[in-house]
Amino acid sequence: MKKLMTAVLGSVALAAAPMAVSAETTHEIKLAYDADPVTLDIHEQLSGGMLQLSHMAFDPLIRWTQEFEFEPRLAESWERVDDLTMRFTLRDGVQFHSGNELTTEDVKFTFDRLKVSPDYKAIFRPFSELRVIDEHTFELVTDEPYPLVLNAATYIFPLDSEFYTGEDANGNDKAAVIKHGNSFASRNMSGTGPYQVVERQQGVKVVFERFDNYWDTESPGNVDRVVLTPIKENNTRVSALLSGGVDFIAPVPPTDLERIRRDSNTDLVTMSGTRIILFHLNQSRVEAFQDPRVRQAIAYAINQEGIAARIMKGFATPAAQMSPEGYQGHNPSLQPRYDVERAKELMAEAGYEDGFTVTMMSPNNRYVNDDKIAQAAAAMLARINIKVDLKTLPKAQYWPEYDARAADIMLIGWHADTEDSANFFEFLTMCPDADSGRGQYNAGNYCNEEIDALVEQANVETDLDKRTALLQEVEQRLYDDAAFVPLHWQDLAWAARNNVRIEPILNVMNFPYLGDLVVE
Amino acid sequence: MLAFLVQRISQAILVMFVISVISFTIQDGLGDPLQQLVGMSVSEEERDALREEMGLNDPMITQYFRFAGNALQGDLGVSYFYGEPTMDVILRHLPATLELVIAASLMIIFLSVPIGVYAAIRPKAWLSKFFMGVSTVGISIPVFLTAIVLIQLFSIGVQVTVFPADTGWGQWLNEFFSTEGGMPSYGRGDDLAHLFGTWESNFFSQTGWAHILLPAVSLASIMLPLFIRLIRAEMMEVLQSDYIRFAQAKGIAPARINFLHALKNTMLPVITVGGVQIGIMVAYTILTETVFQWPGVGLMFLEAITRSDIPLIVAYLMVVGLIFVITNTLVDLIYGLVNPTVKLTGKKA
Repeated sequence: MKKLMTAVLGSVALAAAPMAVSAETTHEIKLAYDADPVTLDIHEQLSGGMLQLSHMAFDPLIRWTQEFEFEPRLAESWERVDDLTMRFTLRDGVQFHSGNELTTEDVKFTFDRLKVSPDYKAIFRPFSELRVIDEHTFELVTDEPYPLVLNAATYIFPLDSEFYTGEDANGNDKAAVIKHGNSFASRNMSGTGPYQVVERQQGVKVVFERFDNYWDTESPGNVDRVVLTPIKENNTRVSALLSGGVDFIAPVPPTDLERIRRDSNTDLVTMSGTRIILFHLNQSRVEAFQDPRVRQAIAYAINQEGIAARIMKGFATPAAQMSPEGYQGHNPSLQPRYDVERAKELMAEAGYEDGFTVTMMSPNNRYVNDDKIAQAAAAMLARINIKVDLKTLPKAQYWPEYDARAADIMLIGWHADTEDSANFFEFLTMCPDADSGRGQYNAGNYCNEEIDALVEQANVETDLDKRTALLQEVEQRLYDDAAFVPLHWQDLAWAARNNVRIEPILNVMNFPYLGDLVVE
Repeated sequence: MLAFLVQRISQAILVMFVISVISFTIQDGLGDPLQQLVGMSVSEEERDALREEMGLNDPMITQYFRFAGNALQGDLGVSYFYGEPTMDVILRHLPATLELVIAASLMIIFLSVPIGVYAAIRPKAWLSKFFMGVSTVGISIPVFLTAIVLIQLFSIGVQVTVFPADTGWGQWLNEFFSTEGGMPSYGRGDDLAHLFGTWESNFFSQTGWAHILLPAVSLASIMLPLFIRLIRAEMMEVLQSDYIRFAQAKGIAPARINFLHALKNTMLPVITVGGVQIGIMVAYTILTETVFQWPGVGLMFLEAITRSDIPLIVAYLMVVGLIFVITNTLVDLIYGLVNPTVKLTGKKA
């Protein structure tokens, strides 16, 4: 017994010792997200969580500012050489965590890896190659004139080519992108970013420490250590912040916004987001939906503002189109058109005065209040005699049903990976085509070749003004045709203890630039 | 004894087999695991290639035989999400859950026995009535609500201002009902002692205890009232029996009668129920662990479900089945020790 006690006391003393030393000299912040990074391989999955990790441990060539402009990071400058080519100059004296120097070879290595990553290859399909000119100059070359070269460059986070080249202990290629399994890249990383991962227990915590030789010496960031804990339960995450157990949380559930705003020790930051929530009306399943008047009637019957105010508690921006403000295609003249009388007239004109019955499906744990939104919409449609048979499912079960187009009306939320309007059209409204991958999530089966031609035209238009006009026209025509029923853009919210200055590092893409975070 | 063990082992194998078949047949309803692994914009073609690679396109029966074949060699598959053998993942999460169950069980044992016995000996005392009242409330409040209330009271803190603050008694009452907060509300904390293998313990440091206290209390809250009531009822029955009356007539000290002679017989049914309840408690930890973000198997299981991580779900269910079989076996063994007239294989003595 005595022996055990000594062992116990010894281990307590050992565990306590390093903490006492570090506590006084460093700024540490505890961060709670709803999930921790799935892997350390930033090319394994394209998701919000992985991009948040990318911005901590790596740096992109270019990044977005809060005002939706491009800010040079590892690429110092860039210029268009011709219609197909953009030339970039790489920053000098940038070091990887491993100590290797960043060169254009690393950028090329990264680009080639992105081209084979199942999740990223779609974004990089328009590019034919990355041409190395010299150690600090390279060119991105596209097959056709492509307006979104810089948007794609925000996804290039250069990897340390030397670190990821060769074979690991099991004789597998270190560079391999493996979806499910124990690859070298999923356990090890070397980037140029402000933080290095020093400890990781999946599902429990990830500990980051600031990289001593970080190139950006002008960054105001003064945080030396970040401990990221995943807290999935909304209530627990909020409690952890209010009790001071963590310093920074995201996302903040709409039901707790008031509670955090009222608390004098915490700050809340909200922004209108870029993820559109909408309904698709399936024309191949329901004949009535082929009549534009019926679709318009439904668009008139749905009260977007009511949903945003009552169900989302003001935590959403009512939408009449897919492109949020700041996107090229955002058409300011389009407004929600709630008018039940007009909806009834249109139903009568189309010969459906007595209505009909349809099925509707919605996930119940994917988007904020998704199932409640669907219930409200079903009730609104009942007022124009459309009887809705609603089924809500957890997301794991919902997406297979979505892929099978299993209901007449289906809810989906979409965020454009390219931060560009054309991405919405390509996935959600263009004629479904298995070969080109267009219309992959177009569960309405809406198909209008004229509109598609406009999108394709915009995709090769490098003149910004002309492109903007084209995309805005697309939004207008989709609106007139009621191709789908937009609901709102989901807002974003973050909260922190009030000594943590989160406001300057946040953006609508939801990639907090934690390298620049200041703690007082 | 040997016959008993053989019987139990074959029982365990049967349980494992049934669980594996059931969890395999429900996997279609759990959704598409691939959906959780790839981004939204990955093309259908890509997805099909990955599905093929993971063997998800094979008929269910082929998948089952592949799984069963590996399982017989002790390999329960690789988790899609963690990319590691499922047993490694479970063993890494299991100590957290077991510690929580141990802490809650200790709390239950050290509270329910004295309270139960007291309430049986002095059924009319106001304290007994108070305990019985509280236990009725405790049994009817769901675990997650208890957990949320505990967090609000002891982690965040509550400022009560309903009483008039300008009077002395009002101020005193306000302060009396307000709480400071400050207890950790999530996770296991940083100060864990490493015991062996994957076992990191909360029991050897003050912060460790602080972290485990609230989750253990909320986990215990559902079982504690049950045990108090059970012990009280059993004890009252035993106190009516002849041998106790005889002992009282003989003039043996009441403490000796109550705690030696009566309590021993009271504990027989309590041990049976307790063994089963420990198994159930492992299941109840799912709720507690979710609310407190306690990184144990319950939380891991819940997340495996939302991610359709089928190998992990199957392996977890089999491990839990095994825990049930083992605890039941142990209970039977202990029962035999406490009451020698019980024969393990059910044959007549």
